[in-house]
Amino acid sequence: MAKRGLGKGRVKGESQDIWLRLMVNGRRCDVVAPVQKTLLEVLREDLGLTGTKHGCELGECGTCGILVNDLFVLSCLTLPVDIQGKEVTTVEGLAHNGKLHPLQQAFSELGAAQCGYCTPGFLMAAKALLDTDPSPTREAIQDGLSGNLCRCTGYLKIFEAVELAADRMGAERRKAATAPQVAP
Amino acid sequence: MTDFSVIGKPRGRVDGPAKVTGQAQFADDLHLPGMLFAKLLRSPVPHGRIKALDTSRAEALSGVVAVLTGKDLPEKYGILPVSQDEEALCTEKVRYVGDPIAAVAAVDEDTAERATELIALELEELPSYMTIEEALEKEGEPIETLRFGPNVHKAVSLEFGDVESAFAKADHTREDLFFYEGSTHLPMEQHAAVARWEPEGKVTLWSSTQTPHYVHRALAKVLGLPMNRIRVIATPVGGGFGGKSDPFNHEIVVAKLAIVTGKPVKLTLTREEVFYAHRGRHPTLMWVKTGVRKDGAITAMHFRSFLDGGAYGSYGVVSTYYTGALQTTTYKIPAYKFEGTRVYTNKPPCGPKRGHGTPQPRFAIEVHFEHLARELGMDPIDFRLKNLVEPFTYTANWLRITSCGLRECVEKVLEASGFRDKRGKLPEGRGVGFGLSAYMSGASLPVYWNDMPHSEVQLKVDRSGTVALFSGAIDIGQGSDQVLAATTAEVLGLEPEDIHLITADTDLTPIDLGSYSSRVTFMAGNAAIQAAERLRDQIAEAMAAKLDVPTDRVAFRNGRVMDAQRPEGGVSWEEACAVAEAAQGNLMSRGAYKPPELSGPYKGSGVGPSPAYSYSACVAEVTADPESGVVEVDKVWIAHDVGRSLNPTLVHGQVEGSVYMGLGEVLLEEQVFRHGLHKIPSMLEYKSPTTKDMPPIETILVETVDPEGPFGAKECGQGPLLPVIPAVANAVEDAIGARFHEIPITPEKVLSAMDKAARGEEPLIGPTSLPDYHLGEVLRVDPPDGKKVELFPMHEET
Ligand code: FES
Ligand code: FES
Repeated sequence: MAKRGLGKGRVKGESQDIWLRLMVNGRRCDVVAPVQKTLLEVLREDLGLTGTKHGCELGECGTCGILVNDLFVLSCLTLPVDIQGKEVTTVEGLAHNGKLHPLQQAFSELGAAQCGYCTPGFLMAAKALLDTDPSPTREAIQDGLSGNLCRCTGYLKIFEAVELAADRMGAERRKAATAPQVAP
Repeated sequence: MTDFSVIGKPRGRVDGPAKVTGQAQFADDLHLPGMLFAKLLRSPVPHGRIKALDTSRAEALSGVVAVLTGKDLPEKYGILPVSQDEEALCTEKVRYVGDPIAAVAAVDEDTAERATELIALELEELPSYMTIEEALEKEGEPIETLRFGPNVHKAVSLEFGDVESAFAKADHTREDLFFYEGSTHLPMEQHAAVARWEPEGKVTLWSSTQTPHYVHRALAKVLGLPMNRIRVIATPVGGGFGGKSDPFNHEIVVAKLAIVTGKPVKLTLTREEVFYAHRGRHPTLMWVKTGVRKDGAITAMHFRSFLDGGAYGSYGVVSTYYTGALQTTTYKIPAYKFEGTRVYTNKPPCGPKRGHGTPQPRFAIEVHFEHLARELGMDPIDFRLKNLVEPFTYTANWLRITSCGLRECVEKVLEASGFRDKRGKLPEGRGVGFGLSAYMSGASLPVYWNDMPHSEVQLKVDRSGTVALFSGAIDIGQGSDQVLAATTAEVLGLEPEDIHLITADTDLTPIDLGSYSSRVTFMAGNAAIQAAERLRDQIAEAMAAKLDVPTDRVAFRNGRVMDAQRPEGGVSWEEACAVAEAAQGNLMSRGAYKPPELSGPYKGSGVGPSPAYSYSACVAEVTADPESGVVEVDKVWIAHDVGRSLNPTLVHGQVEGSVYMGLGEVLLEEQVFRHGLHKIPSMLEYKSPTTKDMPPIETILVETVDPEGPFGAKECGQGPLLPVIPAVANAVEDAIGARFHEIPITPEKVLSAMDKAARGEEPLIGPTSLPDYHLGEVLRVDPPDGKKVELFPMHEET
């Protein structure tokens, strides 16, 4: 005779609420939440930032990826207490003044988002990659995005979109660098 | 009309911006005020009888609002009318580890979870059946007994033509056995559903589903409510691949909990639970025998399949037929016999996964033909070319083939890959392999047989000139929104972004049967074109009067409406709409698509007919390391006959995604069990290809402009998966001489093939016997020899 349900999920004791002061997409957010609540949950449930998705909540798929001080971090494995005072960027913070980030633009144009569910995670991983390697080789892109899974695209359109965005951002930078200095 | 402005142009999707900004709202993103959260108590044993179930401690837990058990939802359901064998919550028996038994709604997820652990459950374990052989041969209380015997869900035996005498005419025959392991869809989005009880006595369900219409029907049946008191809204689906095409227990449970509590309720599956929801690829054991003449012409084929169906019926009856139906759509097989058997086992139910029932036989046949051709002293490619089907013909099992670019696909993919210069000539450890396939652009029969259209579209124009398009179709990532917007925009001379889409809401949108069987482009696309043509004609009539020209001279281009002979004149689209509204009243139109009657004159002929078949041919180049057993795919070339490529960006994306999924199945993915438990219900351990595993893919599109397709288009989302699997298996043989009659081709299997070779045995990995099961009487059908192909084009000018 077998008894009871499957042993799944975490066993939680009585939870203790704490006050969190976070910087998310350039805005200060104050949240009171149970101490064990993950950053993923706080973003989605307390701050209403549902652009960040989840595919496992176990650190296996990259879907929940965000940036903390410009580094790619899995929000499902991060406790908000550990990142207080640091800058959090989610997909909602990528576009500026209503203008898509070049990565968003390229993903949209090239069909790199099919169902689009993995897309926020890939965008954030790609952003972190381009921040450190502005014109990555195909291999560097494959390495840089290897923590993110996508079941729709076969990844190729994603690689192409990162390359297109890197090209455009490079061209922008060159333009800015060679632009004549305007005298004050 | 070949001078298109939208059709055929590479461009992004209309839903792209929402998806790259995080604004697309998936089911789990919905948050309603006062919402409760639900969790399921699931069976810990693979097969058992519920002896006692006490929920009182769970109910007493603070924060718990409601607890349901099977008694609350006793009505059975299932996707197919013939297989109503599922319960939202089990009443008497559990049939796999993960089968839901009770549900809790509470103020938060943790409380709901804790409450499920407080439910006292007593189960009597029954013998479990974990393989096809066990299901058919092991003694003990069966999972289910239908008319085909214990644990047999479906058995079918069909013979087209006189197979015995056709084999007698063959100069050579060969038989082979194959096994195709099960795999799962692994959509990135975990299934989620939210339900709300509406004050007017209705329940609304938002769900991540590919088939809102079928969910609507199942809810009505199990909840005991008329359909007009249920509203189903499909949210954008974060990956489906067939895995969200059944009505699910969690959808029924949240709807019931919303009714019982009067509050909104959400239930999101954990990743582990997604593995239990499953409906993935059936593990399939196959035997095939083919007879050929000396010149290579096939005289007869006999194909047997055994499908491991898991715990419930799901689409299984259809899956069973599919393992036999499409063999004839690629090769001329004048006499054909098919025997299929699907068994119940104590595992999560199998169902439709991308290619539904056809990748398994395709793998078997394309590997079998390699051996058969070589035994005959023929080049395997020449053997295939000799037997390819011709366009506009009937197959022995009464399938109507219309446009067919298979030969062109084969030629182009061979040329692009340099196959003939590589096969047998690459250095040891490297090889190339080939495979080809066909797939359906939608099934010509609906799940619930009736005379109504399969897809309907309504258009309405408001005073801003915005065209609102209403369709039941749901975008699961395949691009159905783009197809609807682009086909409509093309006819009206607008841009796809000018079309405002309202989709997949049973209260607001007309029917679309769902995003399955690669039907949406063909069916919803045709309906959209018809609706757009009717709207255009209304506006043309009003504008003809205003411009004082005949109606057929009114042209629609670049957001303007004009006299075709004076294109510099004319008015803006908005003005033209105002003219038409003034003349005719509110502007609206409708379109509908119903496939032609294509079924043959026999029982079971409903599975297989499609208004059009897509065709694919594939070459894979691999490196196989006999030391480590690791197979790496270096490059894939694939040619696909898509009829017409409505948007090359999206078509390439569908083809590449199919190739990717095929590569996962042939080399990595396994839905396997140990002692009744899923061995690997996590994304880390269920190995799927990562960014680093993906080889370059060269996609070649072949356009045959199908006479009945929307602008000539056919499907591209499933077919291109099929030939990848045999192409890789054949390439591995070319590389290291090992024959794989079983997938996935894991390093362990490669090494055991190498061991066999070292011992002087044939390096063949695969099954060695079939279970002992005798099918009932065979249904004999005369092939439609000489029947003329009739066409039913819908739109004159496309
Ligand atoms: S949800 Fe965080 S890695 Fe999967
Ligand atoms: S686009 Fe669907 S999972 Fe990546």
